[in-house]
Amino acid sequence: MGDGPPSLWEWIGRNWDTGRAGSIKDLLIDHLTMSLVPILFALIVALPLGLACVRWRWLYQPASGLMNIVYALPSLPVFMLLISVTGLSQTTVIIPLAFYGVAVLLPAVVGGLDSVPDHVRQSAVAMGFSPLRRLLAVELPIAVPVVLAGLRVVAVSSISLVSVGALIGQGGLGGLFTRAYQNPFMPPVIVGIVLIVLLALIADGLLVLAQRVLTPWVRVRKGVAS
Amino acid sequence: MITFDAVTKRFPDGTVAVDDLTMEAPTGEITVLVGPSGCGKTTSLRMINRMIDASEGQILLDGVPVQSIDPPTLRRGIGYVIQQAGLFPHRKIVDNIATVPHLLGWDRKKARDRAMELLERVGLDPELAGRYPFQLSGGQQQRVGVARALAADPPVLLMDEPFSAVDPVVRTSLQEELLRLQDELNKTIVFVTHDIDEAIKLGDRVAVLRVGGRLAQLAAPKTLLSEPSDDFVREFLGHDRGIRRLQFVSTEGLRLRTDLTVRDAAGGSSEEPWRLVVDEQGGPVGWISWSRPDELEPFGSFLYGRDSMRSALDAALLSPSGCSVAVDDEGKVVGVATREALDEALAEAADG
Repeated sequence: MGDGPPSLWEWIGRNWDTGRAGSIKDLLIDHLTMSLVPILFALIVALPLGLACVRWRWLYQPASGLMNIVYALPSLPVFMLLISVTGLSQTTVIIPLAFYGVAVLLPAVVGGLDSVPDHVRQSAVAMGFSPLRRLLAVELPIAVPVVLAGLRVVAVSSISLVSVGALIGQGGLGGLFTRAYQNPFMPPVIVGIVLIVLLALIADGLLVLAQRVLTPWVRVRKGVAS
Repeated sequence: MITFDAVTKRFPDGTVAVDDLTMEAPTGEITVLVGPSGCGKTTSLRMINRMIDASEGQILLDGVPVQSIDPPTLRRGIGYVIQQAGLFPHRKIVDNIATVPHLLGWDRKKARDRAMELLERVGLDPELAGRYPFQLSGGQQQRVGVARALAADPPVLLMDEPFSAVDPVVRTSLQEELLRLQDELNKTIVFVTHDIDEAIKLGDRVAVLRVGGRLAQLAAPKTLLSEPSDDFVREFLGHDRGIRRLQFVSTEGLRLRTDLTVRDAAGGSSEEPWRLVVDEQGGPVGWISWSRPDELEPFGSFLYGRDSMRSALDAALLSPSGCSVAVDDEGKVVGVATREALDEALAEAADG
């Protein structure tokens, strides 16, 4: 402790890219991987599942009930359980997050498809759309705003939840928090929080941008209303 | 021609929506299906393009059973207009109109040109092409709905209460627009409504359906008003049947007097209590009486030979003179229908 603790910027400079595991840069990349994979997985699973639930209504209650139970499970015991299968790996963090994502996205997909007004669906049928083409050209595009709203929640919560993985040594930037237990030294905690919030903001911003590009008809509506 | 041949629709829960319906919707005419809710009028309409399939009997489109045609193919050849227009909210107006041409695989330019042409045809500003549906009023959306149904120039048009969600003024203009379009296009139209006045105004033939999906009467509007087949139809037609029937009586044969028009208050025969003052161009200005020579009284006019007896009678009732002013296309006075002349014509109309 001869020189005293380094300042925040000094600490960042020293730890950004050390070439060893555990540098800030590495943690950032790990964090991104462990949050983006579940988001993609959730989207890939929730879309067809949501379509199936709209097609076969009886499926929706059991499916969403099951997903809610999964969502209610505390992540820590789930990690513990998965360790016996997937070990102390990123997969152990990714799997529960992916299921949480599905739990949030499923109602969004179903809600989005339900948001298609009945007269619009009817007129699509009457114009001579085949069922598949109607889904792709009419129903899914109209569902996009509601699905994207769900995806924003999934993205932000997923990015934030990854840090819990630090408890099994796979928390991405969350790893910066656990160090503070051993040593009451603040710079890593501050860096962790700022970077996670920043990631969440960037992901959310990108999704808002995607929404503007994909659904100009919603944006114009707001413009007219104000 | 669309033929219903002993068509019955029974839903899985046992309710019979349409019961043994046999009728024809002739080519180039507007056939209106009208009746209270639960009479199966919308079900009947939707069986034509197979949005609902008949349980028994068959529907023929120019002799071909619709059951033998693949639904999407069948539907692309039949225009469809729905109550709230049913426009696609995520597509611009021009793309909404071009929906069926796109489905049929027309090239983009041709589909777009056709859409722009129709936009104007239904009386809309071409500038609306780039807007989204929510930016249009209900009436404008409904016009786009009609344009979209016409886009691929289908011979048959199905209209399911298309004008019932707009206010009365807009509804009237949409109805007139439809009649004007039909004059040019001569489509085979089946039009569903619960509004008997709309049915009588638009229909070449009107089919009145009763609850349970049975046909009560199929007739021209004039016949429907003068010879309702039973109490149900009579009650459904409502009040003023006699007056409303006059809208199908032409003013063409109406006897006119031409000796009652004057240029100023001093002119004309002193025998007549009322004289009609006209301006330099021959347009009506007002009625004048000998007792109050300084005051012009209001007049009512009708287009001679074009407007119905209902308008002529209405015009007479608007004036203290009790006479109706017949004008031509340019607004010039052709003559005056006196109470006696109207009386004669009404007596003739009452005889049928």
